[in-house]
Amino acid sequence: MKIALGPLLYFWPRQEILAFYERIAAAPPDVVYLGEVVCSKRRELTLADWLSLAEGFRAQGVEPVLSALTLLESAAERQQLKRLCEAGDYLVEANDYSAVGLLQGLGRPFVGGTTLNVYNHATLQTLREAGMVRWVPPLELSGEALSGILSACASTAPETEVFAHGRMPLAHAARCYTARAYDLPKDNCGFRCIEHPEGMPLYSQDGRHFLTINGIQTQSAEPVNLLGELPALARSGADIVRISPGPNGTEARLRDLRRALAGDADAAVALTREGGHRGYWDGGPGMNGPAAPGQ
Amino acid sequence: MTMELVCPAGGMPALRAALENGADAVYLGLRDETNARSFPGLNFAPRQLGDAVALARRHGARVLLALNTYAQHDRYALWTDAVDIAADAGVDAVIAADPGVMAYAAANHPRLRLHLSVQASATTPEALAFYRERFGISRAVLPRVLSLAQVEQVAADSPVELEVFAFGSLCVMVEGRCLLSSYVTGQSPNTHGVCSPAAFVRWEEGPETLDARLGGVLIDRFSPDENAGYPTLCKGRFQVAGQTYHALEEPTSLNTLELLPRLRGMGITAVKIEGRQRSPAYVAAVTRVWRAALDQLERGDAGDEADWRKTLARLSEGSQTTLGAYHRSWQ
Repeated sequence: MKIALGPLLYFWPRQEILAFYERIAAAPPDVVYLGEVVCSKRRELTLADWLSLAEGFRAQGVEPVLSALTLLESAAERQQLKRLCEAGDYLVEANDYSAVGLLQGLGRPFVGGTTLNVYNHATLQTLREAGMVRWVPPLELSGEALSGILSACASTAPETEVFAHGRMPLAHAARCYTARAYDLPKDNCGFRCIEHPEGMPLYSQDGRHFLTINGIQTQSAEPVNLLGELPALARSGADIVRISPGPNGTEARLRDLRRALAGDADAAVALTREGGHRGYWDGGPGMNGPAAPGQ
Repeated sequence: MTMELVCPAGGMPALRAALENGADAVYLGLRDETNARSFPGLNFAPRQLGDAVALARRHGARVLLALNTYAQHDRYALWTDAVDIAADAGVDAVIAADPGVMAYAAANHPRLRLHLSVQASATTPEALAFYRERFGISRAVLPRVLSLAQVEQVAADSPVELEVFAFGSLCVMVEGRCLLSSYVTGQSPNTHGVCSPAAFVRWEEGPETLDARLGGVLIDRFSPDENAGYPTLCKGRFQVAGQTYHALEEPTSLNTLELLPRLRGMGITAVKIEGRQRSPAYVAAVTRVWRAALDQLERGDAGDEADWRKTLARLSEGSQTTLGAYHRSWQ
């Protein structure tokens, strides 16, 4: 199995983003997803900056993929998407059918992100015909459903990448909840999400950490952690495991994962020790999955 | 051209109410998980579908079948069977979101008209073009996340007819991309056609408060002087940075009555009333107001706007209405 680092979901200052990817380059995954997927107003890095990072990773032997916005609302965002799709000879991660339409029109292969809502083999087949060479199943999909879909597609299935570590993006909205928390209008948000490198925790009134607010995105409170289940992931058809970036520990996790895949038992234990839950992997609610082994 | 009024029908009585009060089209669902209002006691058995179509025909109205959840791998035939049932019953169109379902319909029932559901969340002409080219969709229902200016931009370049939401409950999240309900209950609009399902709701009365829980999570806590609303997950009160408030969305209804002239000017084909879960009396009252408003718009004379507004406010969630994302400042 290969290792992927998903797109950065949070908003960090430019220098911190650049420093982060420098650290990642020293603990390289096989695939790295680059670009802004949550909010088009987050512009600490320009498209040229992301392309320059992509070039660096490619020179190093890491496969760069340019990730596209999840929600497109304005004409400016459509233009931005078009530029991204035409930017170079990099694979693009389509997180909306706007990107699928554009990339199909350009005759370019693409990665289908979780929000393309592939819940059955017929949809997978349709997207395969449109040029999808890799897909990241919806977070709601259980391991059993994943292997069912893949076996129904047999040899025509694209590469499969499973979201295996990080807070799960659960919803996107027209409104910005970070701006709302600061009682600011979205058009004049002051970019306050840059002050929350891991989002803002949202609690129920009896004090349970329930969700995480990240701009227009709502995430799970706790990270999902399927890294203790590598053989099960492989059996279900995962070719790639995705780690979602965080401000702390991402490089160490990438290193441990590399060692665990090479058979290092201590590294495998380290991956499970840091906690997290199993999300939707076993079926049922995404929140109440049993704790990962080792907790 | 007159904009089409598309009204909800959760059952035969609501269907009659919509037709008798001037709906141009009604939309309804089958009694299973193939539609996004899969609620107990709601919707139509396959054998009732033919009756619904016949009744609508007598009123000169069209029937649209909502088949707008995502076909789940382990129950896939449920969705393809539903497409067959829709075609056999002679419905005027199927409203779908799932590419697999649309591929099946296009291949097996090429003459069956396809409308892209709001659950597909297509917000751009590029996305609409994809569905048009792949499956031959004729119309799309636009997501409730776009501002009026953004709707206008999409309408200018849209390869298909457009339908927009005019009135009813408001999803603040991008439709078809919200997993909050399954995060807590294991069931979501995408997978089961439900959001914050009633079977997972628990009310707990304390000495001072009434707690509303969903799947064990405290969604809202009401004091005795408050109206306790249904604990739809995104409409609860939560704590962020030490403040307790409607952190995601207040309970409120969308009302676009005042935008009708502009929507017509943009070339919007149809306006949609949300609420298949609502009572026949609600459907009758709302349909009557919107019929009158659309007719008045055509005639170009002054209508009874104050009265309409009052009626709609009375029928709204939390008795509040909003222009939602249509008004840019709301976004």
